Amino acid sequence: MKRMTRLTSTLLAGVLLAFPALSSELRIGLNDDADVLDPAQSRTFVGRIVYTAMCDKLVDISQDMKIVPQLATEWAWSEGGKVLTMKLRQGVKFHDETPFNAEAVVYTIQRNMTLPESRRKSELSSVEKVEASGEYEVKFTLKSPDVTLLAQLSDRAGAIVSPKAAKELGANFGSHPVCAGPFKFVERIQQDRIVLEKFADYWDKDKVLVDKVTYLPIPDTTVKLANLRSGDLDIAERISPSDAESVKNDPALTYADVIGPGYMAMYVNIANGARADNPLGKDKRLRQAFSLAIDREAISQIVFEGTAMAGNQPFPPSSPWFDKDIPVPARDIEKAKQLMKEAGHETLDIELQHANNTTQTQMMQVIQSMVAEAGFNVTLKATEFATLLDEQTRGNYQISRSDWSGRIDPDGNIHQFITCKGGINDVKYCNPEVDKLLNEARTSTDEAVRKHNYDAAAAILNDDMPIIYLGHQPYAYAISKKVSGFAPSPDGMIRLLGVAKK
Amino acid sequence: MPVYIGKRLLVAIPTLLIISIFVFSLQKLLPGDPILAMAGEERDPATLEFLRAKYHLNDPIILQYFAWLGGILVGDFGISLRTNQPVLELIGQKLPVTIQLAVMAMFFAMVIGIPIGILAAVKKNTWVDYVANIVALTGLSIPNFWLGIMLILLVSVKLGWLPASGYESIFVDPVRSLQTMVMPAFVLGNALAATLMRHTRSAMVGVMSADYIRTARAKGLSPREIILSHSFRNALLPVVTLLALLFGELLAGAVLTEQIFTIPGFGKMTVDAVFNRDYAVVQGIVLCTAVGFILMNLLADVAYVLLNPRLRATL
Repeated sequence: MKRMTRLTSTLLAGVLLAFPALSSELRIGLNDDADVLDPAQSRTFVGRIVYTAMCDKLVDISQDMKIVPQLATEWAWSEGGKVLTMKLRQGVKFHDETPFNAEAVVYTIQRNMTLPESRRKSELSSVEKVEASGEYEVKFTLKSPDVTLLAQLSDRAGAIVSPKAAKELGANFGSHPVCAGPFKFVERIQQDRIVLEKFADYWDKDKVLVDKVTYLPIPDTTVKLANLRSGDLDIAERISPSDAESVKNDPALTYADVIGPGYMAMYVNIANGARADNPLGKDKRLRQAFSLAIDREAISQIVFEGTAMAGNQPFPPSSPWFDKDIPVPARDIEKAKQLMKEAGHETLDIELQHANNTTQTQMMQVIQSMVAEAGFNVTLKATEFATLLDEQTRGNYQISRSDWSGRIDPDGNIHQFITCKGGINDVKYCNPEVDKLLNEARTSTDEAVRKHNYDAAAAILNDDMPIIYLGHQPYAYAISKKVSGFAPSPDGMIRLLGVAKK
Repeated sequence: MPVYIGKRLLVAIPTLLIISIFVFSLQKLLPGDPILAMAGEERDPATLEFLRAKYHLNDPIILQYFAWLGGILVGDFGISLRTNQPVLELIGQKLPVTIQLAVMAMFFAMVIGIPIGILAAVKKNTWVDYVANIVALTGLSIPNFWLGIMLILLVSVKLGWLPASGYESIFVDPVRSLQTMVMPAFVLGNALAATLMRHTRSAMVGVMSADYIRTARAKGLSPREIILSHSFRNALLPVVTLLALLFGELLAGAVLTEQIFTIPGFGKMTVDAVFNRDYAVVQGIVLCTAVGFILMNLLADVAYVLLNPRLRATL
């Protein structure tokens, strides 16, 4: 009998445990697992989402994509844009209770610039030196003017870490990261979860309304939504466009989306190796024809259920950097055919490689049939992502379709892709005039000058068309009704200040 | 017996060597650059070069292989390119998860497969046999991923009985651990149960028509005694072999099942490592799996001998 009672109570306890506990733990479903959790070394998008809760940066991004204070309260450029002076917030502590000050900033920036494993070197390449000009003031001296530095400091390059912890752990800092954000690191189980808890001494602690945050990597979107519906998750990020409708119709869930700063594009091999030697790579009229044969708005509606934004430039039409003189073109098959004819082609065979996921495949099939009407015989080559990246870098493609997640500063969406020596110039397009415009735009602190240069570059690129822009991807979220105060940020990060759970 | 086991283990060494060479070269044939895959959107050439040098990816492949092999001999499986964690530590974390899943799945497979198999053999060519066959075929034909998602939708979303996915260590919270594992283990075990049932049935049918069973019947033994102590024990031999072979299928199935239920085990690690071209991890996993497979087969052979006294003389 006694055994029976024990068994029953164990079972009962089991049933009770099956229901989510009523504590303020926020469980967030991520699309994949983060890599190493060291702001100096990490590369993944989801890693950045975790840092948003764990590591405060010198500056942050507001809802309208403006740079706003975070650990730095104010800043000023001087000496023709070659010196950036930042005043730092006082009374801030790291998670190990060591104080945040200019010394910590100098240490972190130098670590980002010199740690052999650092992936922040190119982001900080314009910095010549960084020094403490007071206990709560730092001075960045640049090799040459670089207005994009502030945008870099709003991301991992500007996430300040505890020097004490970083010295102790070295390149292994990711095993127990110590920063100054609203939540501190508790534990991580690879491919399973990352757990953070509220940091009691956070400088803005009144806005921290949950005690614990758990990030769970769940790549499968069906499973992610099932978890959300069963109450095992509170927020699911980047849900699939095909699920938007069912989330909107679910009374227990809220749907939210925002157009991100990135773009979706097709890269045409202009001069990257032997495979560039084909009519499409040589004749811009064929590229223009290809672009004109695509109905961008239809793609957004069909493939993305209306959640994406059609586009034809590296910046979305909603961005102030978008050149309004080059509107998103309507589909024009006649003109496309005529351009083909001028280039001396009735039809043209093209191989197009793309990543082998459902959305991409669907999108490329739609485009395949659209351009077929203009005479392009497109063969689709679905490729696993690591291979695609490799082929694209080595130039083993005619057209390669991939996404860019986007950067806050316009420079990050264009410079390295299209300048002659750009690090990611996989199409190997090279035009000294474009180089000049984009380099100037990088160094000028005058927004009007920058805008003028980006517009001028956009006009040239829209004619040469080495990259055929298709549109801009949304960040879509499904959120439990129990969660309040969450608003999607245009950079796709999940900001948790002010977010509460019933 | 110890001599036999020792001999078998010695024979395993060349097998493992061949496997290691095979895996190593196969990986290098894969298109895609691990460093590029790691770099993702940040591709600073100097950093890429530093990383290539750090992980010896510029060395000739033969050197890379021997460096890796040398490491293994002193227990160093290398470190994950993606997370900087030692591979052995990663395997140590993930292996118990998959073993738990495999054991639970095997439990489901045996509990479902063997009794139904016996029943079908005993009631051969009656409606019981047909129903059992239909059940088995259905189990075999339903894809893991479909059954998994359907179960999540029914049990977790509609009924709210079990968590939809995730994992908890059995040492931290046994109840939660079992709750998270029941569905995946069932899904994984279900397909195996069908195979097991079919084999148990045919083995039992073979044994049931043997002379000694007729003798046992003539002696007037009860059907229960005949089935359980005379036929089943003999029919068990091929089933034990099958169990060892199913181990491989179990690991393959775990890849998919772990993906669906987001269980941080061996299978999920394998898939992620392959996609990220995390060479050291893939190599470590394959080697471990091969060792596991060899051990399972050895275990099956030992069990064979224990079950069948006649074989003891051959040792």
